[in-house]
Amino acid sequence: MNTTGEECKIAQKTSGIRLLKDKMAGSVMLTFTLVSVLLVVLIGIGLMIKSMPILHEKSLWELLCTSKWKPMRGDFGFLPFILGSLWVTIIAIIWTLPVALFTAIFLTENSRTWVKKIVFPALDILAGLPSVVYGVWGILVIVPWISDWLAPHFVEYSTGYSTLAAGIVLGIMILPLLISLFVELFSSVPRELREASLSLGATRWQTTKYVLLKRTFPGIVASVTLAISRAMGETIAVLMVCGNIVQLPESLFDGCYPLPALIANNYGEMLSLPLYESALMLAALILFVVVFVFNIVSRLILRKLEQKLM
Amino acid sequence: MNIPLLNKKIKWYNRSDWNETELKKGFFRPDQKFCTDDSRRSNIVVEHLNVSIQENLILKDVSATIPDRKITCIIGPSGCGKSTLLKSLNRLLDYTEGVKVAGKVLVDGEELYAPGVEITHIRRKMGLFSQRPCPLPMSIYDNIAYGCRIHGIRNRKKLNMVVRHYLQAVGLWEEVKERLHTPAGRMSIGQQQRLCLARGLAVEPQFILADEATSALDPISSKTIEDLFLKLKEEYAIVLVTHTLRQALRIADYVIFMYMGEIIEAGSAEQIFKNPQKELTQKYLAGVFS
Amino acid sequence: MKLKFIEEKAVKGIMLITTLLVFLFVGSILYTIVKNGWRAMSWEMITDLPGGGFYIGKEGGLLNAIVGSLYIVGASTVLGLAVSIPVVFYLNIYLKKNAKRGSIARLAYDVLFGIPSIVYGAFAFTIMIYFGLKTSLAGGIIVITLLIIPIFIRSMDEIARELPQDMLNASYSLGATRYETIKVVVRQIAPGIATATLLSIGRAIGDAAAVLFTAGYTDNIPTSLGQPAATLPLAVFFQLSSPIPAVQERAYAAALILTGIVLILSILGRIITNRFSRNKIQ
Repeated sequence: MNTTGEECKIAQKTSGIRLLKDKMAGSVMLTFTLVSVLLVVLIGIGLMIKSMPILHEKSLWELLCTSKWKPMRGDFGFLPFILGSLWVTIIAIIWTLPVALFTAIFLTENSRTWVKKIVFPALDILAGLPSVVYGVWGILVIVPWISDWLAPHFVEYSTGYSTLAAGIVLGIMILPLLISLFVELFSSVPRELREASLSLGATRWQTTKYVLLKRTFPGIVASVTLAISRAMGETIAVLMVCGNIVQLPESLFDGCYPLPALIANNYGEMLSLPLYESALMLAALILFVVVFVFNIVSRLILRKLEQKLM
Repeated sequence: MNIPLLNKKIKWYNRSDWNETELKKGFFRPDQKFCTDDSRRSNIVVEHLNVSIQENLILKDVSATIPDRKITCIIGPSGCGKSTLLKSLNRLLDYTEGVKVAGKVLVDGEELYAPGVEITHIRRKMGLFSQRPCPLPMSIYDNIAYGCRIHGIRNRKKLNMVVRHYLQAVGLWEEVKERLHTPAGRMSIGQQQRLCLARGLAVEPQFILADEATSALDPISSKTIEDLFLKLKEEYAIVLVTHTLRQALRIADYVIFMYMGEIIEAGSAEQIFKNPQKELTQKYLAGVFS
Repeated sequence: MKLKFIEEKAVKGIMLITTLLVFLFVGSILYTIVKNGWRAMSWEMITDLPGGGFYIGKEGGLLNAIVGSLYIVGASTVLGLAVSIPVVFYLNIYLKKNAKRGSIARLAYDVLFGIPSIVYGAFAFTIMIYFGLKTSLAGGIIVITLLIIPIFIRSMDEIARELPQDMLNASYSLGATRYETIKVVVRQIAPGIATATLLSIGRAIGDAAAVLFTAGYTDNIPTSLGQPAATLPLAVFFQLSSPIPAVQERAYAAALILTGIVLILSILGRIITNRFSRNKIQ
């Protein structure tokens, strides 16, 4: 390049400015990225600091494994809440897993295009509905159904606000997530594999059973883990139908009190008791750790699998 | 040439006034807008280039010279590193993870892989022409004006001249002059490929790097492109990676035969096709493997 | 031999049933919400503030909650986009494909995405106390912004990852810098980004747990950032826990409004994807 024309000078000058802009935009973006990534660390540390006071008072083991919850007297036993969370989540997963699995298989393996065109928007709606709406629906439909129809067959009396109701509502909430994860998983299996099996004379279901499900088993486990971590943290809908009774749940028709509900119901009001606040923060920390571990484990499995299938 | 990042005295030109006077005097020529110095143009020299991607050695000690104003065809079986060689001439490998480059690439005597090289102005000298046409997501007009705009030409009248000039150069003007402002994605594949060529030419490159530029096209469109190349070689150095030997036979002046990441033989087209020296080249040309 | 075909038939039946079950849920939820919400629905629900005896069943509407929700979601969408768009472009254009740093960052966003909104709420509330803030519009905006950023980033990143490398190369080979390349590829992924944004807004507007103790609740429309603000999900939640049937009815109306907003957002998202892909290259 020579520098005779005026235009060339402009090109050179602007070239410097352009590179500077590029560099600056890059560092601004990098800052934003770093800050947003650091949010994870920040939340973890914040919760840890806040839950320190109660961990100083009592051992973690004692907190997690006793069931006495009398904050005014200084008894903080998290067991009812942890069990409540566990039961609700387990019920939700148990009934949604087969439903999601079969629906996903139907969508990827057996259905025609027009079926997909109807089912996917329906799933989108299900995924997009606010949790409060699920709660309202649970109160209006599931709770009366349990107290009037289902419970009388098994127990003498139930209000309907129960572990079972929470499990059912929660299940429907994670259904679209599970189905979309499964559909993605199954579509990543190469077509040739299925054709190879079908050409050996296997039926479609045999192909699904022996090729698809076997091949994607780690992925299915990972997806379920992800769904569990999502289910553990769901607050409002569960809170509205679970009954909110501090007890070790004895039957499915009893009320329960999961961890998120504990935080939602009490936080913000009970700050006069520092230990109580700290206890609630510990509950948030437990949720955070569970979600963190489950998420990382499942994402790592999914990523490995993705690389293997590629 | 190194451009200082922070020039202490940046003189601000009042661009619009200046452009007007230039236009009135009739100084502006759409094909010489960057005042490229013709006396300094020369060839690309590749010296002992080693490229590895994720620990796999893709190019092994490659040395070659790419002459000016000739069509150089790089031939060889698939996976032999042809495309990688092409991309390394342009430093597009920068955006792939795990790439290690050792060796030298000299473009007009400028070392491409030296630290602190300002790559954008070297890239401007090399038009890339990819396998599948890749129009940018904007109108036909903007596709061609884009390169000029980023290099500082914003005057509407000048841009009009540039767009017209280069669309005529690739024989697309008559076909699209009515719909310059429709999205480029709506053109046919052959037209898109010529548009990409026009877009590349509009920033006044000295080299054209084409990666199997005709493999996605129908025979008629690819004939058009080949004819264009034959015309363009009077002004540009063209590097063409190709799968089809027949195409190389038709248009190549100079041929580089690669196998397993190494240059087996290089020379003028006549010499390689009529009288290959190496056994591998003979076998490849005879169609023993491909 | 025969067993295999019986099994095939049975499984097919089960699949049909489960798929229908999904439809049953969608239908049942929408039907219940519309049926119950419609009874209490009226013009004044949308246009009026709660009157004096609103919470014992007298006149008034939900305007406070509607406006509060829109304020919070509007402001946090702007803030969230301002943070997440640069991040998405950094991950996809400034970083190399499959770069290690990128995958660590993506893992972090996955974790952030998975953190329950109640934890965000509790965390944001501690920060607010630390800075001496009370429950306010500002608090709600901060927490929803925190909540919405990972959603934005994840959904936009999914779309940006499909950018063809050829297109980036085409721009680079003209001598464009990465910053200038962003301006080009924006046109390619803009419809996708718009859709992702709308869907994320739908999630943010429906989230109750995060605003529960950060935004507070009030019968008025907030006039400054320091005042508390009502939100629709909380309007549903609080009114439903009232013992008076007339107030509960209004909770259903609020739920209907909320559902309506979310559905409209998702339909808008679809329209944008279909209509505004003019310049997109297939």
